[in-house]
Amino acid sequence: CCSACEIMICLFVSLQQCVWGKVKAHPLQHCRRYTTAGDSGSNAGKIVAASLLTVGGGLGSTILYAKWDPKFRANIEKSVPYSDQLFEMALGPPPPPLVPLQKKPVRVTITFTFPLSVFDACLHKDHHEPALKERPAEEVSARLAQQDKVEQDALAALTAGLEESLGSSAKTTLQAIGAQEAVLTAIATHTNKLKEAMDSQTPPDEKSTQWKALNEALSDRTRAMEEAEEALLKAKGELEILRGVINSAKQSKIDAARPQILAAEENLHSMIVDLDKVVTKVQTAQTEAKIMSQYSELVNEAKAQFQQELANITPEIQANWKGLSGKLSADDLNSLIAHAHRRIDQLNRELAEQRVREQIHIEVALEQQKLEDQKALERAVASALEHRREDMRLEQEKKVQEVREVMEAEMRTQLRRQAAAHTDHLRDVLKVQEQELHEEIMNSKMMEQETHYRRLTQEQLDTFTLDMNAAYARLKGIEEAIDSHVIAEEEARKAHQLWLSVEALNYTLKSAGADSPTEPLEGAVGVIKENCAENEFAQALASALPEESLSRGIYGEASLRARFYDIRRLARRVALIDETRNSLYQYFLSYLQSILLFEREQVAPPAKLAPEDLDTFRLLAYATYSIERGDLELAAKFVNQLRGASQRVAQDWLKEARLTLETKQVISLLLAYANAVGLGTTQAP
Amino acid sequence: MSEKELGQKWDRCLADCAVKFGTGLGLGIVFSVVFFKRRTWPIVFGTGLGLGMAYSNCQNDLRSRYVLHSKYFSFEQKLEAFASS
Repeated sequence: CCSACEIMICLFVSLQQCVWGKVKAHPLQHCRRYTTAGDSGSNAGKIVAASLLTVGGGLGSTILYAKWDPKFRANIEKSVPYSDQLFEMALGPPPPPLVPLQKKPVRVTITFTFPLSVFDACLHKDHHEPALKERPAEEVSARLAQQDKVEQDALAALTAGLEESLGSSAKTTLQAIGAQEAVLTAIATHTNKLKEAMDSQTPPDEKSTQWKALNEALSDRTRAMEEAEEALLKAKGELEILRGVINSAKQSKIDAARPQILAAEENLHSMIVDLDKVVTKVQTAQTEAKIMSQYSELVNEAKAQFQQELANITPEIQANWKGLSGKLSADDLNSLIAHAHRRIDQLNRELAEQRVREQIHIEVALEQQKLEDQKALERAVASALEHRREDMRLEQEKKVQEVREVMEAEMRTQLRRQAAAHTDHLRDVLKVQEQELHEEIMNSKMMEQETHYRRLTQEQLDTFTLDMNAAYARLKGIEEAIDSHVIAEEEARKAHQLWLSVEALNYTLKSAGADSPTEPLEGAVGVIKENCAENEFAQALASALPEESLSRGIYGEASLRARFYDIRRLARRVALIDETRNSLYQYFLSYLQSILLFEREQVAPPAKLAPEDLDTFRLLAYATYSIERGDLELAAKFVNQLRGASQRVAQDWLKEARLTLETKQVISLLLAYANAVGLGTTQAP
Repeated sequence: MSEKELGQKWDRCLADCAVKFGTGLGLGIVFSVVFFKRRTWPIVFGTGLGLGMAYSNCQNDLRSRYVLHSKYFSFEQKLEAFASS
């Protein structure tokens, strides 16, 4: 990034100079005569302006680019001091770094631990299940007693509720029935009064009292009807409440309350039936009263009409013409008689017409009556059906109740029988056990004597067995001594064989040439493996030899030494090259260094390596020293510490050295082992 | 043999340099004669081009061991691989 800045600045400057240079060239050639004095001033000004522009441009472009690329900004802030303040002033605080992805591992661990915890919980749960046992008998009876008490309480509450609601509903029903009957009487009196009033036989002054009484009766009737309506509503309400209470009692499922529930239901049903009957009676009375009132209306209407006609004919005569028969003149009488005749004729005609229409009217009336009767019949039938249904349901419930009681009694007798059988059985078993215990006590005395005899015989047997065992052990010892002698000889033979094969292997090492490896060691190793198949240590060591040495053989120490000097030269030449420095220029520098650096070829290595000893040249000096003294291992260790291109160059040599060292180590181990085994198996004469 | 590797690289380098130098020179001469009226600068340019390419190739070859080849993994892929293993 810094180089980018520099490059930009350089470009800018060169551009400037190019432009300025071009512009400068021509005017200078034309105007040299005139502007020699002002030239240097303007030149200096131009230079100053150009440099200011360059610097400003550089800064501005840096700031713009930093705004766009936060990494560039961070780089500049790191390398140029106080640039972070400048950036903060110009652009604001730097953007926060991206949050690293740390969250995922947490989630993973949670999912891993969760199944474990569930598993744990399952295990623990299983543990507790077998710990359940039967509750003791006292607890059971206590619980039963508690349950019974609870039932009794509920039953008492239920019955109290039922009785209360029954009482209240009975009272209201009676009230309603009384009200309805009062309505009936009121309607009857009213109708009677009306009939009397219609009847025209009474004298006039009594008529007015009659009419008054009629009005009173009418008002009585309306009042009684309202009261009856109210009472009916209340009674219906109470009945609904009672029904609700009965239903809840049924749901509580207490058997002992059943008969009471049944009785309450019966009461409810009868109350409903009575109420309905009374209501129908009132309705019939009402229809009759309606007929009566219609009749009275008609009669009144006819009377009024007659009076009207009479008034038309004889206007001077006032009401109640009966008492005025002496005051009338002959004309009036005649006209009255004529009017009466005319009226009679008219009425006769009407009567004839009426007779004719009688049939039709009667049929129409009959039809209407039939319809009304039908409706009334249906209503009656429906209500009767409902009542019958209710009756049957109640009967059925009663029967169910009886059957249940019978069943309960039977079950109780069966259980009692079973309990009796159980106690008998227990008694028998106890008797048998008693007898057995008796017999055992009798037998124990004989048993003691028997045990004594048995002990004596056992002692005899034991002594005999001991003698036999001792003799047998001695025999075994003799046999083993002979066997071990044979084994020892066998071992000695094997050790000898092992030693021979290892020596053969050692000899093959000497077959290394100047630049070529030894023969492949397969053959000798194969021999070892064949001959010493039982010797595990030898087998393990034989298979620990590296593959390369078996198939290709190893290089000798002399060839490795010779090769080392080549390596050394090359490693010195590329000492400066590593991952960061590897351009051609660095190669050139490295070569130069290797030529110009003067040092000793061999330096004795210290006992401990310090960090400054890890320099390529020092390491190579130590390695040369070691290899001249024949210590290939130490030399390889030093060469292993090389880094960069030097390491790469020495890689193959190091591999070969490792191979040789490994093989030699294994073979020396085998040799030592073979010697040790041989020593171990030699027998003193 | 790892010690012979460097020598081989240098051999390749020099051979490449010679080839490119010759080619650059030749092309430069051709261009100079054909397009640019026998001026010197195409020859110089071509030679420079050839030498530059040779230098770049040599450097790349010597550097080839140390160039990093990377692949982008997504973290989820790695985690899946880990969880399924």
